[in-house]
Amino acid sequence: MIRFEDVSVTYEGAAEPTVQGIDFEVPEGELVLLAGPSGVGKSTVLGAVSGLVPHFTGGTLRGRVTVAGRDTRTHKPRELADVVGTVGQDPLSHFVTDTVEDELAYGMESLGLAPDVMRRRVEETLDLLGLADLRARPIATLSGGQRQRVAIGSVLTPHPSVLVLDEPTSALDPAAAEEVLAVLQRLVHDLGTTVLMAEHRLERVIQYADQVVLLPSPGAPPVVGTPSEVMAVSPVYPPVVALGRLAGWTPLPMTVRDARRRAADLRHQLENAPKGRGELRDQPHKTRTRQPSGPPTPVGALHSLSVTRARIQALRAIDLTITPGETIALMGRNGAGKSTLLNSLVGLVKPSSGTVRVGEAVPHHTAPKDLVRKVGLVPQEPRDLLYADTVAAECAAADQDAGAPPGTCRGLVSELLPGVTDTTHPRDLSEGQRLALALAVVLTARPPLLLLDEPTRGLDYAAKARLAGVLRGLAAEGHAIVLATHDVELAAEIAHRVVLLAEGEVIADGPTADVVVSSPSFAPQVTKILAPQHWLTVSQVRAALPPEATS
Amino acid sequence: MGRAIHPGAWWLWSLSLGTAATRTTNPLLLALLITVSAYVVATRRPETPWSRSYGAFVKLALAVLLIRLVFAIVLGSPIPGTHTLFTLPEAGLPAWAQGIRLGGEVTAEALAFALYDGLKLATLLICVGAANALANPSRLLKSLPGALYEMGVAVVVALTFAPNLIADVQRLRAARRLRGRPDKGLRGLLQVGLPVLEGALERSVALAAAMDARGYGRTAQVPAAVRRTTAALTLGGLLGVCAGTYGLLTAEGGTYGVPVLLVGIVAALAGLKLGGRRSLRTRYRPDRWDVRAWLVVASGVAVAALLTLASVRDPAALHPGVVPLVAPTLPLWPAAAVLLGLLPAFVAPDPKEPS
Repeated sequence: MIRFEDVSVTYEGAAEPTVQGIDFEVPEGELVLLAGPSGVGKSTVLGAVSGLVPHFTGGTLRGRVTVAGRDTRTHKPRELADVVGTVGQDPLSHFVTDTVEDELAYGMESLGLAPDVMRRRVEETLDLLGLADLRARPIATLSGGQRQRVAIGSVLTPHPSVLVLDEPTSALDPAAAEEVLAVLQRLVHDLGTTVLMAEHRLERVIQYADQVVLLPSPGAPPVVGTPSEVMAVSPVYPPVVALGRLAGWTPLPMTVRDARRRAADLRHQLENAPKGRGELRDQPHKTRTRQPSGPPTPVGALHSLSVTRARIQALRAIDLTITPGETIALMGRNGAGKSTLLNSLVGLVKPSSGTVRVGEAVPHHTAPKDLVRKVGLVPQEPRDLLYADTVAAECAAADQDAGAPPGTCRGLVSELLPGVTDTTHPRDLSEGQRLALALAVVLTARPPLLLLDEPTRGLDYAAKARLAGVLRGLAAEGHAIVLATHDVELAAEIAHRVVLLAEGEVIADGPTADVVVSSPSFAPQVTKILAPQHWLTVSQVRAALPPEATS
Repeated sequence: MGRAIHPGAWWLWSLSLGTAATRTTNPLLLALLITVSAYVVATRRPETPWSRSYGAFVKLALAVLLIRLVFAIVLGSPIPGTHTLFTLPEAGLPAWAQGIRLGGEVTAEALAFALYDGLKLATLLICVGAANALANPSRLLKSLPGALYEMGVAVVVALTFAPNLIADVQRLRAARRLRGRPDKGLRGLLQVGLPVLEGALERSVALAAAMDARGYGRTAQVPAAVRRTTAALTLGGLLGVCAGTYGLLTAEGGTYGVPVLLVGIVAALAGLKLGGRRSLRTRYRPDRWDVRAWLVVASGVAVAALLTLASVRDPAALHPGVVPLVAPTLPLWPAAAVLLGLLPAFVAPDPKEPS
């Protein structure tokens, strides 16, 4: 269906090709996953399928890409629109019209389908994607998962034989991601659609893939094979594979179910591990601050906080105390009020009732200059924080903003981001590097309370592991950290405490192990595999096993 | 609930009410016009973001009214009046500024005149706001002829961009606070200008890519003869329109003006029609112009026509005198005519009813 023949792409001004030696074929009706670390050119490969690379982006494409027999060299993207449906990373920039129904019809209108056909397909698609209740809704009022489904629906209505998706679930909460993946599964199984998608969160998608195309490093030729073959050599892999590699299972398990079947031995071993059962043992020592041995002064406190915005109650009577050295993961659906809570801690949102304290200060009455020394927030889009043309200028500005001695920020950058030169433009950094730079800028003022909004969006496993290391170090130095995240694996890795929000209310608040273990959608893979024992991460398991067992 | 009324019908209805408003300065009739349009909006507007723009239009109308009054007070008014309400200190202006007055006597007549005049303009604005709230402007653009479709999409995209731009500005100003810089004031706004523009540009590029990949701009193969005829008709037609208009406006061209203009318009329309062949597009559920649309338009046109008639037949009632100052009265049958404008509230489907 899709065939790459020795394809390489060189963008204008680039010395080396972004991807080269791409040579594989996607058979009809398969779901193929494109995996690899950040910056290996996954989006370029996806763009080549729809013809956007090179017709829209510029650059030189060598070799040949054919889709359903059409050569992308001779067919412009618009001439491929009836065979390829493309959904980019941000569904919002995909929408042309303003209501759901019109959006579904837009592609068909462009192709000139007959009105009665359009009507029928819109109705079918509304049902297929479970959007029937939303048909007349303006797109601006939809949640993230709904938008993603509308975006997929809008490219489905012309009945393309190929669907190309770039990170379809990375911005979604676990439940919404399941929803989208279930739809994809249905398309592949029932309609025979060919799907090619790139996704960083392998733990969510690997089980659905028929084949994996791995781009191991920039410029390296792809490795193609079944998921378990490719995962055995891949530099990026989900926790279930990490556990499989640790325990030496072959073939590697791809699903929690596979792994559970094999895990009887491992569970037994862990039961008898010399340090005893794993439960809570690995909890970082700071959780003890919650025990009655003299509670430390909180760095942040919310007391019966309610926030109403545009007649919608975003937060309802929230009570939360944040103590130094504690890492809290704030979890919940898209739109549950996580960002509002973080914003109220930095004074961007005024409480409708209740109080917010950061140290002694009331955030929304404190001048920004003083507030940065008490609390720092890395927003969802770290780029919003960066204004300057170079890393050096950004650092100098950060020192000045925070009133810190010159060189403070640059020092932090070198620590978090070794090897970044002064003259790099912040926009040329990768997602992970930009996050690190924004984090350094925020940390320049040494705020005792650090807030992060969705820090792992778009990060690969390596960048995520580095971030986890940095955050753990900061917590050990006594920083309190609150992170709003959908990433259950990250929460399991670093959070001491998890607060679950739903419709603006706290529905669970407790040590990570207690909260996530009891929730099917928020439990990390390792917990699911090793239940009923309470293990959270692969590193905990590795530490608990006797050394000879892991060799 | 039936399907929504054709957006063109709502616009014609609202513009007719606006036309009616220009025929009178009677504050009671104007207030009645505002009430009629407001009632229809309140009962028939759908729950959508653009329908909330009505409030903005009402505020704008109030602002216009206030500015008109302030000008009348500060700059004086040519209306001679005898009922002096109060006297502002008058600033002596140099000789070259003769004819401009600052301050001075404020008379009841001048204020009443300004109020009537401002109210007329405010009513017009509120009527446009009603059209905006009742009909999605981008649906109206969907009714454009095929050849102009691509231009229509550009306008729709521009319309949806404005809210995104505002959201960007708010987000980036918020981010300034996180950097410890003041997030208020003009300076703060200026410094986010560049990143906001960058973001908007990036989004437009992403949208253009998405639109291209979704088949925007696919064209049908048209025979060369048809293409050439289209170009000739459109260009010739536009030239004809220009020449005809020139002829109409100059003294010498009185004879050939009208026919050339008409021929030009016909040729341009034919060009548009023929140009539509290039476009493959079909329309999904186009809004139908049905009986209800006719009724909505008819009610608006009736109000406009009857008030125009009334302004000719009984100008005194529709333009209450300010010199000498008399209390305006509500003329009975023009008021009844305005009430005809309520018809859409009964024939249009109720958007709140579940379908």
